[in-house]
Amino acid sequence: MEFAELIKTAKVENVQLSCPGLPPIKGTLCITSHHLLLSSQPGGHGEQGTVELWLLIRNVDAVEKRIASSLGTITLKCKDLKVLQLEIPGMEECLNIASSTEALSSVDSVMMMYPFFYRPQSMKLKDGWQLYPLQHYYQQIASETSAWRLSCVNGDFTICSSYPLAVIVPATVDDNVLKKAARFRQGGRFPVLSYYHKKNGTVMLRSSQPLIGPNRKRCQEDELLLSAVLDGGERGFIIDTRSAQAAKQARVMGGGTEPKSSYPRWKRLHRPLERGRPLQESFIKLVEACNDTSLSMDRWLSKLESSKWLAHVKGALSTACLAAQCMEREEACILVHGAEGTDTTLLVTALAQVILDPDCRTLTGFQGLLEREWIEAGHPFHFRCAHSAYSHARLKQEAPIFLLFLDCVWQLGHQFPFSLQFNEHLLLVLFEHTYASCYGTFLCNSEKERCLCEVKEKTHSLWSWLNQPSELKKHLNPLYTYNALVIWPSVEPQSLQLWQGLFLRWIRSSQYLDEAWAEIQRLVTNCEDAPEESAGRTLCHSQPDAAYPLTITGTANEG
Amino acid sequence: MFFFPFLQVEQVKLIDRFSTSNKSLMGTLYLTATHLLFIDSSQKETWILHHHIAAVEKLALTTSGCPLVIQCKNFRVVHFIVPRERDCHDIYNSLLQLSKPASYDELYAFSYNPKQNESKRLQGWQLIDLAEEYKRMGVPNSNWQLSDANRDYEICDSYPRELYVPRTASKPVIVGSSKFRSKGRFPVLSYYHRDKEAAICRCSQPLSGFSARCLEDENMLHAISIANPAHHYMYVMDTRPKLNAMANRAAGKGYENEDNYANIRFQFVGIENIHVMRSSLQKLLEVSGTKALSVNSFLSGLENSGWLRHIKAVLDAAIFLAKAVAVENATVLVHCSDGWDRTSQVCSLGSLLLDAHYRTIRGFMVLIEKDWISFGHKFSDRCGQLDGDPKEISPVFTQFLEGVWHLTEQFPQAFEYNEAFLLQIHEHVHSCQFGNFLGNCQKEREELKLKEKTYSFWPFLLDEQKKYLNPLYNQDFSQKLVLLEPNTASFNFKFWRNMYHQFDRTMHPRQSVFNLIMTMSEQNKQLEKDFKELEGVGVGGRMSLERCLFKIWLGFVRTRIDPTGDGSAYHRPQHAHSVTTTRRFLCSPLNWYLASLL
Repeated sequence: MEFAELIKTAKVENVQLSCPGLPPIKGTLCITSHHLLLSSQPGGHGEQGTVELWLLIRNVDAVEKRIASSLGTITLKCKDLKVLQLEIPGMEECLNIASSTEALSSVDSVMMMYPFFYRPQSMKLKDGWQLYPLQHYYQQIASETSAWRLSCVNGDFTICSSYPLAVIVPATVDDNVLKKAARFRQGGRFPVLSYYHKKNGTVMLRSSQPLIGPNRKRCQEDELLLSAVLDGGERGFIIDTRSAQAAKQARVMGGGTEPKSSYPRWKRLHRPLERGRPLQESFIKLVEACNDTSLSMDRWLSKLESSKWLAHVKGALSTACLAAQCMEREEACILVHGAEGTDTTLLVTALAQVILDPDCRTLTGFQGLLEREWIEAGHPFHFRCAHSAYSHARLKQEAPIFLLFLDCVWQLGHQFPFSLQFNEHLLLVLFEHTYASCYGTFLCNSEKERCLCEVKEKTHSLWSWLNQPSELKKHLNPLYTYNALVIWPSVEPQSLQLWQGLFLRWIRSSQYLDEAWAEIQRLVTNCEDAPEESAGRTLCHSQPDAAYPLTITGTANEG
Repeated sequence: MFFFPFLQVEQVKLIDRFSTSNKSLMGTLYLTATHLLFIDSSQKETWILHHHIAAVEKLALTTSGCPLVIQCKNFRVVHFIVPRERDCHDIYNSLLQLSKPASYDELYAFSYNPKQNESKRLQGWQLIDLAEEYKRMGVPNSNWQLSDANRDYEICDSYPRELYVPRTASKPVIVGSSKFRSKGRFPVLSYYHRDKEAAICRCSQPLSGFSARCLEDENMLHAISIANPAHHYMYVMDTRPKLNAMANRAAGKGYENEDNYANIRFQFVGIENIHVMRSSLQKLLEVSGTKALSVNSFLSGLENSGWLRHIKAVLDAAIFLAKAVAVENATVLVHCSDGWDRTSQVCSLGSLLLDAHYRTIRGFMVLIEKDWISFGHKFSDRCGQLDGDPKEISPVFTQFLEGVWHLTEQFPQAFEYNEAFLLQIHEHVHSCQFGNFLGNCQKEREELKLKEKTYSFWPFLLDEQKKYLNPLYNQDFSQKLVLLEPNTASFNFKFWRNMYHQFDRTMHPRQSVFNLIMTMSEQNKQLEKDFKELEGVGVGGRMSLERCLFKIWLGFVRTRIDPTGDGSAYHRPQHAHSVTTTRRFLCSPLNWYLASLL
């Protein structure tokens, strides 16, 4: 396929771009294989030749067009939730731009995506890719205990296609046992170590559901693997992220959950968490409610309620707290799983680590956590983030599980404003980059796919960009101090808040809040210069090179 | 004379209403003449002023004892379990009596004695001077003058003595107009905008019925209208829902007929009455007080209570008012039924949007003194200070404070004061510890001789003002804005957790940016001071400057370290409880007694 085939009109003059809250800009619109560009022209508000918009087409979630006589209006609804309007003179041009944008934004082949073409001069390929391997995490554990080993049983991805090459397992269990246990777990996701709690040596494992099936099958190796985790008379907890009934019903389809009789030392706890389509619908409903600024108070509250988003936040945080409590207070080992073990399971294990482990609350630690618990652990980003809240496309496997995780982390940061080393801006950047990015970090569904596509060889890593000193500065929380304690959040509905910085980012002006935040930064760093922009409104998504002044801000376009 | 606790019950359990663990505190409960006191086994004291008690409820007997639930006007809810039913019954009966005094002289303000000398006490009452405030606004001037029509409360006993009216309004016009207005509350000046020469005036509803007219009232409005030289029309804002205003016509009251008044633009804004507000808050508290509340029941409860809808309505009205003045340069006359509830809310919030002075600590005190206290908001009735008609109780003032809080959330740099300041004012509006908020109007306050017998709240608040400063306040920013224009899209309105759950510590953020910033901004100020001093010392001072920086850095690091060490460490703006508690402790004779035992 050639991109050129999809582009019928490459350039249109006199296009007006508008975005809520900003003055409209007139300019020349260009469409390239991966970007929509608009450079302003004289007579418009911006300076001549300034690139005012640099939009990654992958970021477009929905294209809506309206034609009135010779003027066409295209509304671009983006995956990062912003909404842009282009007024294009000429019906044909308008239709062409719309259909090209639609076609280019829905290219499904990973290898055709922008990260494979993006070659910034300031960065080297390979940088950032080897920063956080699981091996590194294993060395930390190995320095504390010899009870765990790194197994390469999945070295060629044949045991489990969604696991990475190496996994951490009990030292006493050999690879043959793992191979057999893997056959007893959906997708081959046998129990592996997710987190080692240094304070008391307890561990958190994760897996997928056991394939008990209607005939109540057992697997000795799986039982052996789990009991190898527990010392002597210890007992452990299994946190199943489905309801007891759903877990039982899963037996019909060959799944199920660990029966007490076969796993006598494990106590099962069921904490149903929503995933899949209901979660995606919750996201869509919330975004819809936020975008309607004319809603009466009653309608707003009832829409906020019926979206159920905050209920999902509460559910995720409570379950993560339960997991953390089992380890910290009960001093017990735990196993977390749902069905596939790639969604709610990771949500719980990753969140519990942020709550428990101060190392996960640093910028590097958090990146490592994402790398281990989301990317390497096989969260299917490509499926889950194919579309965001605006798409009219038929939903397949989309679900904002990772966004829910980010929201929960934001709630933690909100309740413990000094305990996270990174700020809201980082969470916003991560949200954007999971849906559309010029970096390869969140491409594909698993390590296996990333290997096949040679992602690590042919794309740049998001981390190497984020960790450049100039970028890093924007993502640091100036109030941070190391807090060795567990951060137990309040999960009362009165304590949870709508993440306005994300859901209302493009809807309401945050000028006064941004200024206040700048003032806080000034007070903290005690320097005279006002700090650089905060998580404001820039229309240019992940600009490729620093050569262009690409940002649109409210002030830049005045006068 | 000493007041010993007349009731003392041992082995009482205090239960945290939201805690998920069933942990409770065992301790001793005392009743004094003014407070309920609970001292737990770790000697931590919980003081509850009898006046703060809104309701006491005895629940069905359980195996561990008799549960007693006390709900306070400052939204504290305490849940005791008293081992013997008989004791519980005694406490219950005593509290019922103590929390509902029959006459003003039983209120705490008359026995509260902070051991301050008399001249200081009197000075305290002079701290806020409304004549000064009108002068600041620019009245009297060529269009507005002080009227002596109500000097002896002869035409309106719920208004203050000093009232500002248009110069062209003659005495007969004033008297005639007051006879045509509910409770005699004729149109008077509430706020004068010096730059725009436009005014905010307030009154009660006209006694227009279906067709009645009053020439003097029409002249009065005309006089107000022409007192704004630039303008040929004025707004009349009826803050009630249209239906309510129409219903009032049947009772011989109602609203202005646009045909009878020259050049008025009439507008309803639809704020509900005190009864709707009371039951709305009731519903809100029922929801927020539910244990193990789900997000969905919380949100639907919030919706059903209508509370945020009412707050939004009040703010929207204030914005309408402020915009009319600031954008159209128009004069606005505001009224509701009696002109002391919704009218006070809208006038004061509108002024706050228009004038940066009211966004300072002193200015806010003036604003409350002017639009609430002097214009006769019935604090005594609305707060239920005495045993009276429960239907008169309504959270009108609380709504005003919540409106201000929402503004502080949207404009974090525009206010000199912080949330703790609003909470402290709310606390003392209900405490009856100071004379300011006793009674329903100025006349009543004079009769009670409050300035002779009680203390004023404002100097105490000002003494503690360090605690109430907003470290992000930017005076230039606040003054630069001609008008605060808050966004009132529904999603901007949030449940005010720090008000309605101020005593439920598990619900609050465990670390407060605010406290940290406050400490740091103080340290920065100190640093600047030190720096200046050191500069005076000369070159030799440089070394010690470094040392001083290091000291400050150390202090800064310390403030951020979780002090309790169990992860539940909890920093929140202290609502001055510790200090007030200490003061209360030292003031009450019982406490002198207790202190002597320690």
